[in-house]
Amino acid sequence: MTHTALERTKPNKIANRQVISDTLLEHGKTNADILVLTSDSRGSASMVKFAEELPDQLVEIGIAEQNLVGVAAGLAHSGKIPFVASPACFLSMRSIEQIKVSVAYSQTNVKLIGISGGISYGALGMSHHSVQDLAVTRAIPGLDVMLPADRHEAKKMVEALIDYPRPIYLRVGRNPVEDCYLSEDYEFEIGKAVTMHEGTDLTLIATGETVRVALDSAQQLKQEGIQARVLNFHTIKPLDTEAIAKAAKETGCVITLEEHSIHGGLGAAVAEVVVQQHPVPMKILGIPDEPAVAGKSAEVFEHYGLSVKQVVKVAHELLTK
Amino acid sequence: MNENTRLERKATEIRIAVLKMIHEAKAGHIGGSFSSIDILTALYHNVLNIDPQNPTDDARDRFILSKGHIAEALWAVLADRGFIKKEELKTFCGFGTRLIAHPNNKVAGVEMNTGSLGQGLSVAVGMALAAKMDGKAYRTFTLMGDGEQAEGSVWEAAMSAAHYKLDNLVAIIDRNRLQISGTTEDVMTLEPLPSKWTSFGWHVVEVDGHNMNQLIEALSTNRRGSGKPTLIMANTIKTKGIPAGENNPAWHHHVPSDAQYKAALNELEAKLT
Repeated sequence: MTHTALERTKPNKIANRQVISDTLLEHGKTNADILVLTSDSRGSASMVKFAEELPDQLVEIGIAEQNLVGVAAGLAHSGKIPFVASPACFLSMRSIEQIKVSVAYSQTNVKLIGISGGISYGALGMSHHSVQDLAVTRAIPGLDVMLPADRHEAKKMVEALIDYPRPIYLRVGRNPVEDCYLSEDYEFEIGKAVTMHEGTDLTLIATGETVRVALDSAQQLKQEGIQARVLNFHTIKPLDTEAIAKAAKETGCVITLEEHSIHGGLGAAVAEVVVQQHPVPMKILGIPDEPAVAGKSAEVFEHYGLSVKQVVKVAHELLTK
Repeated sequence: MNENTRLERKATEIRIAVLKMIHEAKAGHIGGSFSSIDILTALYHNVLNIDPQNPTDDARDRFILSKGHIAEALWAVLADRGFIKKEELKTFCGFGTRLIAHPNNKVAGVEMNTGSLGQGLSVAVGMALAAKMDGKAYRTFTLMGDGEQAEGSVWEAAMSAAHYKLDNLVAIIDRNRLQISGTTEDVMTLEPLPSKWTSFGWHVVEVDGHNMNQLIEALSTNRRGSGKPTLIMANTIKTKGIPAGENNPAWHHHVPSDAQYKAALNELEAKLT
């Protein structure tokens, strides 16, 4: 775990969507099959530079998410590697049936990149929040689901996806996330959870932007004499069930953290494994079943208990059970 | 035998095969299958550059059955063209079959899974766009239903095909004027349908969808260089070939009774003698 950053490093100013764009530009220059499809979203997806430097590899579809995904499926069928970059709220909902039939069922190699996901659009309201996307996408056979924890993982993930032959849904937030890794100098494997911090008293399972919250919480718990294991589930599907069962067995209780509804997302996926393989006390932290409150990500996380304070409180409750 | 006569006989043989499949399975969409069979026959037996021995040949023409609910017609045509064995048609809709009620790309010759209306044209746009990017000569075809025209995604795709000047793309509408609840115009007004497509930047051709001459002429014309995608409005008759079911919305997915089946079979077989 020498590659992970339990303690916060210097503030990061680079958003994951920027990293994705930079990585695709870098690889797109030597691989003309790499395409980016946008729905009038080149600005919000940080794809302006890509569009300027590789105009023939940027396919603009306009504000038409159904067609966006359908065209991507046709391009993928013809040997292209289309990365569809569109706000997660629309991509995962407006075009979900194209995702189900033209992408997942037909097994076209489409990379769906949901940008500004979760509650990161803040004050734009529920129309722009995507806290159902993991529940919906992970229920579709043939579609893999991923969320990078930070900029380093975002880069490793996109590089892995260029050669990955299956369709995927990847979600990133709008704003820069503090680093969870010290560098890109580590092995990244799709479908394999990463132990970010070792511990035996309880396990914190997180994905995407909540991995940093889990690490901060583990640090606080450590000061209180509690050794929390932190697992980064960058891949929600295929799910690393072995890591979950092992954590339940070895640490005796599990807390999940996700920027998603408490229904149907990471917590549900983990609970399905815990309940069936090794039942232990568990708590699912996430966004409750309501239109999320307006605010900056940190404020919203704090409000709903995706915070060090709440994780520490829940940890104590679970440990006294 | 001239080409038109050959194709007309093929279409009758395919109608017989589809009738038998539906009778055997006690399921299927007979009305829309029979209105489309002449179009599918013209495509698969004359127009499309395809090879059953090499079904994924890079240079092949692409065909997407966007009105996926008439898969039985596609299965019968693919069997007739040698992509699958004719005996397999008996498994249509049976337990564990590949030949389900919608296109299934586990079967050679099927490009994409469809079944949800309004998705095929978008996929065809992607394929046609890829051909443009790679300088490939293949053409992409898709067959839509007329009821399907109410899907908003059809018009998203139509807009993008014109925007990208996809003159290597041909969309066909099986304009049989009926859908499951009644006439298309009663359910949701489509007319003036040809001028809608014209105003979206498409080159529109109207044909009698049961006239092989007109179908071959319209489908074979390669408008590469014109800068416009082609829309072929094929005016058809629902359940064409079975007088009892022609223009009858009740036959949308009607399973003929034994008596209806025998009468229809006799009439179709008589055309072959």
